[in-house]
Amino acid sequence: MIELARVSKLYDGRPVVDDLSLTVPAGAFCVVLGPSGCGKSTTLRMINRLVPFDSGTIRVGGEDVRQIPPEILRRRIGYAIQSVGLFPHWRVEDNIATVPRLLNWPRTRVRDRVTELLELLRLDAATYRGKYPHQLSGGEQQRVGVARALAADPDLLLMDEPFAAVDPVTRAALQGEILRIQQATKKTILFVTHDIEEALRLATTIAILERGHLAQWGPPLDILEHPANAFVAGFVGGEAGGLKILALRTVSERLRPGEHADGEPLPSTASLRDALALMMARHVDRLPVVNPAGQPLGVITLADLVR
Amino acid sequence: MPRPWHLVTSPVLWVGLLFAALLLGMPRLAPAFHWAFPQVVPPVFDRGSFLSLWLSHAGLVVAASGMATVIGVGLAVFVTRPGGRDFRPIVNALATIGQTFPPAAVLALAVPAIGFGPRPTLVALFLYGLLPIVENAIAGLEGVPTAVRDAAEGMGLSAWQRLREVEMPLAMPAILAGVRVSVTIAIGTATIGSTVGALTLGTPIFDGLAGNKLPYVIQGAILVALFAILVDMVFARLQRRLHAGARNG
Repeated sequence: MIELARVSKLYDGRPVVDDLSLTVPAGAFCVVLGPSGCGKSTTLRMINRLVPFDSGTIRVGGEDVRQIPPEILRRRIGYAIQSVGLFPHWRVEDNIATVPRLLNWPRTRVRDRVTELLELLRLDAATYRGKYPHQLSGGEQQRVGVARALAADPDLLLMDEPFAAVDPVTRAALQGEILRIQQATKKTILFVTHDIEEALRLATTIAILERGHLAQWGPPLDILEHPANAFVAGFVGGEAGGLKILALRTVSERLRPGEHADGEPLPSTASLRDALALMMARHVDRLPVVNPAGQPLGVITLADLVR
Repeated sequence: MPRPWHLVTSPVLWVGLLFAALLLGMPRLAPAFHWAFPQVVPPVFDRGSFLSLWLSHAGLVVAASGMATVIGVGLAVFVTRPGGRDFRPIVNALATIGQTFPPAAVLALAVPAIGFGPRPTLVALFLYGLLPIVENAIAGLEGVPTAVRDAAEGMGLSAWQRLREVEMPLAMPAILAGVRVSVTIAIGTATIGSTVGALTLGTPIFDGLAGNKLPYVIQGAILVALFAILVDMVFARLQRRLHAGARNG
């Protein structure tokens, strides 16, 4: 779906992206991971030509991005950013409808698509479509941002640290949503983050960048178990390995069906690590679990985490 | 639409009625002016109707402010584009000079070049009114959040589409504030056009000053002041409505 071949970008003579070659197959959830300043956002923004690159080639869907007019290219690619950038003077409905309208979709098709996307992002269409961005919470704004990125049904989504600005609970929920959506639609997603936990949870493949170079490329378990060099090992193994496994496994793998517990439930898509954190915050050793639709599934206990 | 009793208590309505009454009915106040200034004959300025003076005055303000808005906003757009960024200091300087250079001096320089009457007045008013519009428009355009501009570009809106659909609507409150200041000032400044033969509400003022007839000065000044206040209130209403429209869910 995306091919970067020996791409470089220099800034003031210094390489920000240095001879980078990367292939993202269609249907992959590729997370580009690395510390601040490693070039990951720049790499993403070169794909939709927001940032020009100095050498190499980038192909999207087999076509050289430089051969396509930038606006045409961008209308084919979903784009979601950390601060969302919803148009404050437009309602939710009009924000989401932006690209379909640019593509001259008929009005009824646009309206139905907005309803469909709001439902997909679990926002009640009737309530939310007429609201203005300032009336939404941070999490709701980001959901609308994702809906907007998906509006014209692009095959590729570029997401630049989209969940970095929300609280951890909302972030976990949003991560669950994007995972669910990607698995259902099989879209290709290129997702930039500096958060190793997020990368481990979401990615089918991870590309780790270090100062503009590709340090390692592979599935999450590979990166954890066979780091290519000291930098990668340090970046992913900063905490004890066991905690990372906790982050990779979900509550649904370990829950006890049918049992009950008190308190605010945890989604089954949450990680074991989230469960542990919640138990510590509430001073309990068991939590109720619900499925994505909110129906009770059972319980997860402290003992289950270390089984 | 405001409900009937809101209309009745609306300050704009009352100021408007007062202005219209004085504009059309100033001659009826002759006894009052005569009582206060018995040596001035006639007590009310009569070398032209206040209505026609006001129409000419308003025409000058509308024309000059219209031009200042179009060119001022145009310049602001230009210097906030990648290609025009280098010109920003020059545009700033020109607009500032336009306002610090006294309009009277502009008139003095313009008259030998383009003659008497409305034309040099328009030039002076235009230059004088440019700065508030340019500065506010630039501030408004630069105030569009970076994330909004980035999202607009990343989604595939062309430069023109971004300007028209995103930047201009978001900059509009600031631009409107600048136009409001510019127009309100222009209403007062337009009076000096009378010194070079333009017909404005300044004509009774300067007539009165020249002939030592204070009532004429008062009559002209009150009408100019009420006109400026009325226009300012209408702009304030407009700004509130724009703000309310954008904020309503």
